[in-house]
Parts: sequence; C-alpha cells; structure tokens
Amino acid sequence: MDKLKLEQTANQLRKHIITSLHGAKCGHPGGSLSAADIVTYLYYEEMNIDPAEPDKADRDRFVLSKGHAAPALYGALAMKGFFPLEELSKLRKTGEMLQGHPDMKKTPGVDMSSGSLGQGVSVAVGMALSAKLSGEDYRVYTLLGDGEIEEGQVWEAAMFAGHRKLDNLVVIVDNNDLQIDGSVADVCSPYPIADKFKAFNFNVITIDGHDYDAIAAAFHEAREAKGMPTAIVARTIKGKGVSYMENAVEWHGAAPNDELFAVAMADLEKEGEALCQK
Amino acid sequence: MSEVKKIATRESYGNTLVELGREHDNVVVLDADLAAATKTNIFKKEFPERHIDCGIAESNMMGVAAGLSLTGKVPFASSFAMFAAGRAFEQVRNTIGYPKLNVKIGATHAGISVGEDGPTHQCNEDIALMRTIPNMVIINPSDDIEAAAAVRAAYEHVGPVYMRFGRLAIPVFNDTPDYRFELGKGVTLREGKDITIIATGLEVYHTLEAARLLEADGIDARVINIHTIKPIDKDIILKACKETKKIFTVEEHSIIGGLGSAVCDVVCEGAPTTVYKIGVRDRFCESGPAIELLHKYQLDGEGIYAQVKANM
Repeated sequence: MDKLKLEQTANQLRKHIITSLHGAKCGHPGGSLSAADIVTYLYYEEMNIDPAEPDKADRDRFVLSKGHAAPALYGALAMKGFFPLEELSKLRKTGEMLQGHPDMKKTPGVDMSSGSLGQGVSVAVGMALSAKLSGEDYRVYTLLGDGEIEEGQVWEAAMFAGHRKLDNLVVIVDNNDLQIDGSVADVCSPYPIADKFKAFNFNVITIDGHDYDAIAAAFHEAREAKGMPTAIVARTIKGKGVSYMENAVEWHGAAPNDELFAVAMADLEKEGEALCQK
Repeated sequence: MSEVKKIATRESYGNTLVELGREHDNVVVLDADLAAATKTNIFKKEFPERHIDCGIAESNMMGVAAGLSLTGKVPFASSFAMFAAGRAFEQVRNTIGYPKLNVKIGATHAGISVGEDGPTHQCNEDIALMRTIPNMVIINPSDDIEAAAAVRAAYEHVGPVYMRFGRLAIPVFNDTPDYRFELGKGVTLREGKDITIIATGLEVYHTLEAARLLEADGIDARVINIHTIKPIDKDIILKACKETKKIFTVEEHSIIGGLGSAVCDVVCEGAPTTVYKIGVRDRFCESGPAIELLHKYQLDGEGIYAQVKANM
C-alpha cells in the first residue's frame, strides 16, 4: 500500500473512531486519534494477519497495551474484515461485543484483553519469548501510551525484553505528550523516553508518528535489528485530525456531542478530500 | 513408633514439575529469583531452557506467563504467596483471570509456617484475594501426595489455577493405595456424628490429631479435607450440616475470606448451622520457628482441640 493510500485509510479509520465514540457517548478519542496512523500501518502493511483466520498460529501478534485506544483497534479490525463494520456503532453498549477496553474473548482479531495500564507490554514480551522458545517466526507488536510508561511494570517488562534479546518484539510508544491530568512533562515526566529504552538495551528509533515514510522506515529497521528488541518512540499529536481535539487534554476521555461530532466529521471529510487531490 | 515421613509441599511442587516437564514439551516454569526456595530449581536443573527466571519482578512475570499461555505453552508462574497473590493481585485479576488464560500459579511459603522471616512474608490473605477472581481455581493440598496430584490436576484443567504450598516439611499421610485426587471434591477422612471439622492445607493433619484428642473426651468429630477451595464441594459441607451439630473450619490463613468464609457462604445459603472459624485471627503474627508459631497461634493439634472444646 502506498503512502497516499495509507493516509486515506487512516482518514477513514479516524472517521470510524469519531463515529463509534459519538455513538457510545463516552470513551477516549484523543489517544485513539494519535495512534491511528501507527495502527493503520500495523494492520495494512506490517503484520502477517488473516481476517478469515484470526487465530492462525503463525500470525503476528498485537497487544494494545494502551487499551483505552480501543476505538482505533476496533476500527482497523472492522475495516480489515475481522467483524462487520456495523459492530462499531454498538461500542460500549450492554450485551454487545465491543467492550470499553479490548476483550479477546469477545472480539475476533483481538490478541489480548487489555486496559489496565502497564500490563499489556508484559504479555507481548511473553508472546515474543514464546516464539523464541519454540523457534517460531511470528513477530509481536505492542502499543503503549506515554503516560502509561509511568507504570513501573513497563520497565520490568523492558528489562526482561532487553535481557532476553527479544528482537521479534517491537514496542511503540504513542508519544502524544498528554495524559489525563495534563502534559506528561508536568504530571510526572517520563522523559527522556528514548534514553530510557536505550538503557534497557533496546534498539530505539524516534519518528514522527504521522509520517508514513518514517513509520515504514522504522518498522523496516526493527526487522533488521538483531539481538535486541526495538522501541519506536512515535511523536504524535493527541486528537490528530480533529481541529478542536488536537493537543487538547480535555479530549482524552470525552465523546463529542452532536454538534461537535458534525465539526469533527467535517474536519475529517476535508482532510479526505485534500488527500484525493494529491 | 516409626518416624513419620515429612516433606514440604513446595518440594512436591518442584518434583512434579519435573515429571510434567518430561511428559509435556509445552510446560514452562517461571520464577522471580526464588528458584531455590520455591523448588523450581529442581525443574531448572533438568530443563534449563524451559525455566525462565524473571528476576525480582512478579508483576511482569504474571504478564509474561499470560503471553506464554496465549502461544501454546502451559506456564507455571512461581513465587511466594505474598508476592504471587499479593503484589501481583491486579495482574492476576486482569491479565490472567479476566481472559481466563491457562496460567498456573505456584505460590509457596504461604501462611505463618514461613516461620522466622516474619509477618512481611507470612501471607495469610492469599486465599481471600484469589477467591474473589472469577474463573480462578484454588487448590491448597494437605501433604506431598496431594500436592503432587494437585499440580497434575492443575495441568489438566484448562484455565487459571492458584496452588498454595508451604515451606515447612509436613507429615505425609495420604500415601494409601486408594488415594485419589478429584478437583473440587472434598474428602471425608474421618466419620463422626457430633461435630464436623473442615480443614485445608497443612491443618488437615493437625485436625486429625485434634479429632483423636476429642475422641478421648467422648466427642465424635467428622474430619473433612477441602483441598479445592474454589470451586468448593458444597455437597459434602451441606451433608455435614445436616448430620452433625456444629461446623468448625481450620486453616493457616486469616479467618477473613479464606476456607472459613467459603464454608460460611455455602452454609448460610444451604443449611444455616453455627460455624466457628479457626485460623489467623485478623492479626499479623511474628518471627519464630514454624512449629512454635503453629503452637502459639493454636493451629496445631492441641490448639485446634482447645479451640473446639472452648466453642462447643
């Protein structure tokens, strides 16, 4: 898939994110939108997956450690055909499949239930270790928030992955600079993020997390890096693509009302049209 | 009189892991820098490549175990009860219990029989914590024979299992030809018509001693061994409620949330009967040799006997 097509796909994904959250009347748009380009690349370009066989043994695995970005994952899975797009309109509704945070028991294509921060990364590490133990080729990807890495367990997992030289593991940090209580630098700074992962024996790549050339280059480099896991620190914009949500901390965990939903969709339509002109 | 053979159930855990390792390539064992104490070093010696030391990081260990279970392995995650159930509670709840993953937790050094290390390491709360997690099976074996059977049953069961083992070498008494372990089934070790004493773990042996002392006083006590605390054998408890006058429970655990509470849950709904709980009475204990602590806190045969007599 070329860069333009990826951008158009991510634009479509962002519309699904906004639409499903508007339907749910609650949820987390900011961190879903910031992660949308990375998630698009993983599902459309990077990972060996098959919607017709979600549980195939040799598939690559993805653990959404920042589970609150579930709308981004759900949108990508639905667009890929893991389940019907109509399910997205039932997000967070009683008796329905799509839980507020990912549930592997309910949703095809979800490799691990997640949502309690800091825990998904350990599971991804376990999956990567498992492949090494039994000589399998699949790769494991996990996406963390930059606020999430304040959890100590993340660094337990990083120490273990570095120690075990898990070069089949890619940890991506969605570095959108904001967490619920404010900027990550103000609340309890996790910076310098890249240096921390380096210190834990990771191959570290810092990129613009919305630039598909940079994203592609980083994932290619990760495949080439032998003997150590890779951490991609993706510099992103929280709320990316929706004018009033960009870099606005109040959109971490709130859904747009009807009026703001219309504004958001207009923003994304406009972006989509601009991509058509490219 | 011949000396009774004594083995710590943590030893049984290590030994049975080796047997399972020989039988099944998918068995992997995790530890958190306690392999010599949890006895997973016995497994490590024979299968170094399948023994994963996670360092002193129990929260991550539970997640790594989850990842291994999702990719075809059957992980046994091992640590002291304090850290496996205590420190990593939320990891066990959210990362293992919620997705019902096939992870086995081997928790050693449970209860006050940890001894000299003292209250920071004497976990009397693990059963209470683990009972609240949906999908969790809890086994607390009473001796070496039962512990070995429990580890095998845990392997066969698909889903999370919490196994509770002790540090102290304890008498082996289940070495009878007809011994059979059935997950979720209590065992009547002694028939009796006056009262019933329901015990678990290392307290089962002490309870049998107490029953002999009670017999000398003319009290006919039924003794039931509950090795599987969850799911609990309701039938054997309700039958005891109907056939005997009073229920006593005995555990090396807090009287809050453990076996006693689990029995009360069954009794309250099914056949209201008075239950007296013998265990650690909502307190922290202290350092000392295990045998002395069990005596001081009235959790040996004599202490159980005294508590039953006082609460008849």
